[in-house]
Amino acid sequence: MGAHVARPVPALAGMEALLRERSRRQRRERVERLVMVTSPIILLVVWEVVAVVGLVDIRFFPRPSLVIGQLITMTASGELWEHLSVTLLRIAVGFVTGATGGVVIGLLMGGSRWARAILGPMMASIYPIPKIAIFPLILLVFGLGEISKYVTVAIAVFFLVLFPTITGVLGIPRIYIDAGQNLGARGFEFYRRIALPGALPSIFTGFRVGLGVALIIIVGVEFVGATSGIGYLIWNSWQLFNINRMFSGLLVLAALGHLSSLFLDELQKRLVPWRL
Amino acid sequence: MEAPPGGNARIVVRGLHKVFETASGQVVVALQDIDLTVRPGEFLCIVGPSGCGKSTFLRLLAGLERSSAGEIRIEVTRPDRPVNSMVFQEQSTFPWMTVRQNTAFGLEMRGVDRRVRDELVGYYLRKIGLEAFANAYPHQLSGGMKQRVCLARAFANEPEVLLMDEPFASLDEQTRILMQEELLRVWEGERGRTVVFITHSIDEAVLLADTVVVMSARPGRVKATFAVPFPRPRGQLAQLKLQPEFAQLTYKVWEVLRDEVLNAQAAELKAWART
Repeated sequence: MGAHVARPVPALAGMEALLRERSRRQRRERVERLVMVTSPIILLVVWEVVAVVGLVDIRFFPRPSLVIGQLITMTASGELWEHLSVTLLRIAVGFVTGATGGVVIGLLMGGSRWARAILGPMMASIYPIPKIAIFPLILLVFGLGEISKYVTVAIAVFFLVLFPTITGVLGIPRIYIDAGQNLGARGFEFYRRIALPGALPSIFTGFRVGLGVALIIIVGVEFVGATSGIGYLIWNSWQLFNINRMFSGLLVLAALGHLSSLFLDELQKRLVPWRL
Repeated sequence: MEAPPGGNARIVVRGLHKVFETASGQVVVALQDIDLTVRPGEFLCIVGPSGCGKSTFLRLLAGLERSSAGEIRIEVTRPDRPVNSMVFQEQSTFPWMTVRQNTAFGLEMRGVDRRVRDELVGYYLRKIGLEAFANAYPHQLSGGMKQRVCLARAFANEPEVLLMDEPFASLDEQTRILMQEELLRVWEGERGRTVVFITHSIDEAVLLADTVVVMSARPGRVKATFAVPFPRPRGQLAQLKLQPEFAQLTYKVWEVLRDEVLNAQAAELKAWART
């Protein structure tokens, strides 16, 4: 058999095939997006109809249009922002403090046998306590002000970031540690240039769980120990039996949860532009 | 572990031992009484059967592990420069740094001035054909390109000694041949840098080295030493392989190595029979 040279595909036919593939993909993506946007809207419409015809008790499940109306009123009056800004600040301060602490102590424990031996048992025994359970103790120590809210969120976030950071450092392939050492990365530089970036994908898992839990904790704290914030808004509406206002608060929380996840996606794209 | 400068040896190894204890309590003598001298600017290749401790020997030279007995002296001519830089067999470019950042890392860690650093890094990126990839991350590169980054990183660090642990072993054969030529081209262009290169390939050892050292099966000892007579620059390595001297020398190395590979197999068989 002689040498065989593959016959080139005629350029035009190749182009047509490419265009057909591309338009097929674009059509599928358009339909997907449409479904993603419309399915929650359909749910709301069904809810609205069911509420109007009286299939559900509108005292407990008010018409979505009324909830949205309430939300608009509260936005216009500034009441919503008043509560939302307080909650956002509490989450932000608590999360940043707790996450920073978790990353720093986690890197130290991941990188040093001694730090693990000294701190490990302590961390492991405090970790399982539900953090909301120590809120009364924190109130005793830090008083009724904002500090106690920050501290509760920070403690919860700290542990949820700490453990993924430790496993992240311990999971860095040996070869990167050896290479780093061989090129002279020691002490602080080792932590900054090798341990931190190597553990970052795992640290982000901690951030995700931590931010979700921060939201839960702050609402719980605001239920019982605050006179402002979205949690307080929901609790207070229940006490006043203002169901539309209560649902408005729930809607805001749902949006907050969704946005925080999008925020972390964006942050991860910027801080982790590589793959391990 | 410094020797006074001006001597006739860059690396002196005397009576080096390395003993391990496995998890099951078994004592393994990895290296036994190694004596070795490497001249300044020499390219020395070590071949040996797998498991003979040649990688362990290199890790001892690099200071990544501690010896059980004996001494290693590496002459330091420039106290501002690192004693060694290592090129590993495994993929060892940091995934979180671009090609440029990887190459600059050693210089950065020892606080080399930014201007000097940029210049050195740029020089080696050009020299090793990585300029176009300077801002790429390792996951965007092929295995051969990643290994080039490791070479650039080690050269740019300007160490007294370059240590290479089977750097081309995981590359495909065509890439490997090109990389061998590339390494020699860069190294021959700046004669004077001492290299200790570990390989299991006899061809590779003879093509690259001034001196080929054959290690015995475990416990690893220096079994034989061969001087390689080919002049430098060696140019196209495929042409070198056509010469009868090349065939003769690789055969001589193989004769010695063959016994050691058989010894290693016999030892494995005996150990298996005991269990």
